[in-house]
Amino acid sequence: MMMDNDKLVIGGHEFTSRFILGSGKYSMKLIEAAIKDAGAQIITLAVRRANTREHENILDYIPKGVTLLPNTSGARNAQEAVRIARLARELGCGDFVKVEIMRDSKYLLPDNQETIKATEILANEGFVVMPYMYPDLNTARDLVQAGAAAVMPLASPIGSNKGLATREFIQILIDEIDLPIIVDAGIGRPSQACEAMEMGAAAIMANTALATAGDLPLMASAFRQAIEAGRKAYLSGLGRVLTRGASASDPLTGFLHD
Amino acid sequence: MENQFLVDSKHLSPAALEKKHRLETDPSSRSNHMEYMPGMEIIDSDVCHRVISQMDAYDYSQYTARDVRAALDHETCSIEDFKALLSPAAEPFLEEMAQRARVQTSRHFGNTVYLFTPLYIANYCENYCVYCGFNCYNHINSMKLNMEQIEHEMQVIAQSGMEEILILTGESRAQSDVEYIGQAVKLARKYFRMVGLEIYPVNTGEYRYLHECGADYVTVFQETYDAAKYETLHLYGHKRVWPYRFDAQERALRGGMRGVAFSALLGLSDFRKDALASALHVYYLQRKYPHAEMSLSCPRLRPIINNDKINPLDVGEKQLCQILCAYRIFLPFVGITVSSRESAAFRNGIVKIAATKVSAGVSTGIGDHESKYTGRQDDAAKGDEQFEIADERSFEAMYKDMSGEGLQPVLNDYVYV
Repeated sequence: MMMDNDKLVIGGHEFTSRFILGSGKYSMKLIEAAIKDAGAQIITLAVRRANTREHENILDYIPKGVTLLPNTSGARNAQEAVRIARLARELGCGDFVKVEIMRDSKYLLPDNQETIKATEILANEGFVVMPYMYPDLNTARDLVQAGAAAVMPLASPIGSNKGLATREFIQILIDEIDLPIIVDAGIGRPSQACEAMEMGAAAIMANTALATAGDLPLMASAFRQAIEAGRKAYLSGLGRVLTRGASASDPLTGFLHD
Repeated sequence: MENQFLVDSKHLSPAALEKKHRLETDPSSRSNHMEYMPGMEIIDSDVCHRVISQMDAYDYSQYTARDVRAALDHETCSIEDFKALLSPAAEPFLEEMAQRARVQTSRHFGNTVYLFTPLYIANYCENYCVYCGFNCYNHINSMKLNMEQIEHEMQVIAQSGMEEILILTGESRAQSDVEYIGQAVKLARKYFRMVGLEIYPVNTGEYRYLHECGADYVTVFQETYDAAKYETLHLYGHKRVWPYRFDAQERALRGGMRGVAFSALLGLSDFRKDALASALHVYYLQRKYPHAEMSLSCPRLRPIINNDKINPLDVGEKQLCQILCAYRIFLPFVGITVSSRESAAFRNGIVKIAATKVSAGVSTGIGDHESKYTGRQDDAAKGDEQFEIADERSFEAMYKDMSGEGLQPVLNDYVYV
């Protein structure tokens, strides 16, 4: 079975789950559901939230065996992202880092240029760098050159639950970039996660879609199934889908005999 | 109806009384409130003009239920929509506004609520602002903590579990100069993850110095955006200069601060116009400084020492709720802070709709955290309070209550870089 050997490989680390929990809205219940019901093996962690004293340190919430993906949220440029990543390492969060650089407090859109700079510095320092980016092919190529371990394009503005607004551009990244393309931000429904996986995305990161759901564990398991279904469809090779008209069963050129 | 702000203290000398009365009754004895005083930096900015021209043109009586309906049906809230939501025509839509606000808050902030506490380190003030307990003609115990006392207060607060602090002073450069405040900020960085400031407005270079000391957020309340009304309430001192105050947040951002907070003091003037101007102040500055973090507060007038009659007039809890829902729908991404001026019941309700941050363990006096937090009385002098608070919950009580409301209290979401 093709599925048995189907692993997500990021920076030499192997995962069987293709759901990654984002960091925006945290609670014990969310983390539990993400691990138990969505099968998450990677959990993002905002360093700015972990940088706390006694009460409610997020680090205490995360069970052993789960890979921590600290992010650099709060960074407004490459230099700040690098500082936050180093702080994450000091806090004992491991070598993975999701580079997240925003110069916009309204839409929280990533700054691609600064992200490339930070990726290069951190990859050189031995981090497994997973940059969050606006889906742009030139940026993605530069991120590959800079030493990224995956590329994480946004589907639509973070927290918006609006789905694959950037579908065409994510498809280009999937087709052209050899690293895992992990769709991050904006995925609001399991069906959208499924669609991205059918397109060939390597994994899905979500947070708000689960955090704001009525029944958290149920939604978490829906995501798991949707992601698995999408992955299977991708691996099986999707059947032909006609965008317009029908296909004649007898070829129009059947009369040609030379 | 108007508030009766003017109170004569029997402790004032005849000369002081005479000057006070002259300021109160003779406008020509007061300085020009639109003219900068020596040393005040003038920046080139069009934000003030944009905000005030919108506010001046705002006639909220023109909006109808139809405008409000349209505003609520639009996916994104325009300035026109926001004006409708602030108008009296929106009052019957309050529940629907609250439902919409709640969705926006949850989308942007989840179910979190941030906790912080203010620390007043000095209450000396050189201004005569008629509604304020610290005003220079009010007879109060004035006090300024030294660094040892400040550190002691910080230790007591930090032991309670609090990780974010807002340092406040009265508005006196002579008594609490920028360097003194900077030293206090450096001390605060030892005990707290996040340090904010609510002090008199300063120049860009001074904000830069305070940022380098470790502060990253600056709160300045404009009190009222109606400059003509402002002039009748701030009768004497540097605070009288209205435009210098207006540009404070922009100077703070230019000085490197990560975030700035805004508000009018509701009850001083026409609250709908003040709420409009407060939000537009955020809106236009955010467009100019898109990286900056912005937040809005919503203080209402409270009684002060020697004048327990002061009240927020026509700004009832319903009106306050309407303003906060309108803020949330118009500016879904901004923080909204509700202080201990409001009751526990109001704060418990509003954090589930629009507010993202509440204070706890609050004292607006000077040097009294030890006695308030531990019940231990000492002989040290205390400075009087700026205003009376309505919600006296401790940090522990607030933490428990917010968790009980189904919210997740957050003590820190910040890293100084």
